[in-house]
Amino acid sequence: MDYAVTVNNISKSFDKTKAVESVSFNVEKGELFGFIGPDGAGKTTLFRMLTTLLLPDGGEAFVDGFDIVKDFKKIRGSVGYMPGRFSLYQDLSVEENLKFFARVFGTTIEANYELIKDIYVFLEPFRKRRAGKLSGGMKQKLALCCALIHKPGVLFLDEPTTGVDPVSRNEFWEMLGKLKEGGITILVSTPYMDEASKCDRIALMQKGKILDIGFLNDIISKYEKPVYALRSGDMHKLILDLRAAENTDSVYSFGDYLHYTDRRGKAVEEDIKKILISKGHTDLVFKQINPGIEDCFMSLMNK
Amino acid sequence: MGENHIISVKDLTKKFGSFTAVDKISFNVLPGEIFGFLGANGAGKTTAMRMLCGLSIPTSGKATVAGFDVYRQTESIKKNIGYMSQKFSLYEDLTVKENIEFYGGVYGLSRERRKEKTEFLIDLLKIEEARNKLIKSLPLGWKQKLAFSIAIIHEPKIVFLDEPTGGVDPITRRQFWDMIYEAADRNVTVFVTTHYMDEAEYCSKVSMMVDGRIAALDKPEKLKEQFGVGTMHEVFVKLARPAA
Repeated sequence: MDYAVTVNNISKSFDKTKAVESVSFNVEKGELFGFIGPDGAGKTTLFRMLTTLLLPDGGEAFVDGFDIVKDFKKIRGSVGYMPGRFSLYQDLSVEENLKFFARVFGTTIEANYELIKDIYVFLEPFRKRRAGKLSGGMKQKLALCCALIHKPGVLFLDEPTTGVDPVSRNEFWEMLGKLKEGGITILVSTPYMDEASKCDRIALMQKGKILDIGFLNDIISKYEKPVYALRSGDMHKLILDLRAAENTDSVYSFGDYLHYTDRRGKAVEEDIKKILISKGHTDLVFKQINPGIEDCFMSLMNK
Repeated sequence: MGENHIISVKDLTKKFGSFTAVDKISFNVLPGEIFGFLGANGAGKTTAMRMLCGLSIPTSGKATVAGFDVYRQTESIKKNIGYMSQKFSLYEDLTVKENIEFYGGVYGLSRERRKEKTEFLIDLLKIEEARNKLIKSLPLGWKQKLAFSIAIIHEPKIVFLDEPTGGVDPITRRQFWDMIYEAADRNVTVFVTTHYMDEAEYCSKVSMMVDGRIAALDKPEKLKEQFGVGTMHEVFVKLARPAA
């Protein structure tokens, strides 16, 4: 199999902290692959190793066929990297930043304009503005253009949507979808679980380890317990009463519902309803639902 | 302005040169409410929040926070509110105990009161083993919970939380909301911003800012009814991109 990225048992520690612990995975050419997990999961350390900015303590990895240790110079020329923190030149204009990155990689804006065109149209009206004076969304688009200007084979995006509102996040994912159509391999990290559905495959990460990896539907189908969505007139009391109930496995808030799993596994609806009515709950809604990625993540965290 | 409102805002405006960041916003918050302050990036949330915290003087309009005026009594406001954001929280190179004592001191608690509070918080958060550990050695979830407890160490009537759950794992995120509920049950008013739309559902009232104005303000269930949708996410999408 011809992989764009191959990683075998890669590890990295900082003092006593194991930031990345024996992580292995492959990313196929043209795949949009998501690393999903909270701060401290090891996403940034992993990306920094794969983009040759950090040396691993152990294991091996190949990006675009090149060894991340021996062939680091070749990788630097062939990958695109958008770090989590905005790191363009604040005092250069939009156009100057883009020209600078193009020249560093020995190319021109014109040569690869097709690739960035759809994103750059948003920036065009501000092309004389200094990067430091752009809004958050515009900075993000400029950073993406700069990471793309040398037509990389593999693109690494470290938390491009963190702190971004839900509508702008969606727009960003639409841009990634278009890039993917163009054949570029994309590795992207995010703390937002709901972004899992935008990726071809995902790795769920926590504390330096991969909890699970695969297609979203396959990960979800491994969740074997029935999940119930409940609501009542008093949601806070509902949580407390369910936590105190004898056979409760888990209770988590999910927006205007909460999700409940029971140790007994099945046919618990009447029993739970009876308990809740005896506790004075009114307007009870109780339904079995399909678990989502966040249910899976929390269940894996507890294992 | 109603006597029983803990935050009262009328036509509050902030201009930077020719740019109007906050454009005549008006709303009231009741004691013990969890007030969700939502909006797209650049809608003016941060600017509005800075005015309410006494950190930025408005261009025009009126507002009182905990009974204090946002033009003339900014120091009193700062003493009577709590504040926590994802970026500003604890001193990483101080221990848990030192952080609690330091912030207790900043907020003017007496030595005895600081000691009491230290023991109370360590017990409440079940972090006895971490008492003398540096903040930087703690898991993020512990830090967030401690940061919140410290933000209300001086028992303010209002606490401002600016994206308190950004980057936090899903279990800790929910535990954090348990703490918000507990504070609200003690009649602490919570003013919170978030990009997680499920968290918008947990608020007693939600305001949606669009281009410096408040485009909608109501209980989550009323907003969903008003826009004929099932989730706060859809309400957000309809308001933030009305043309789409």
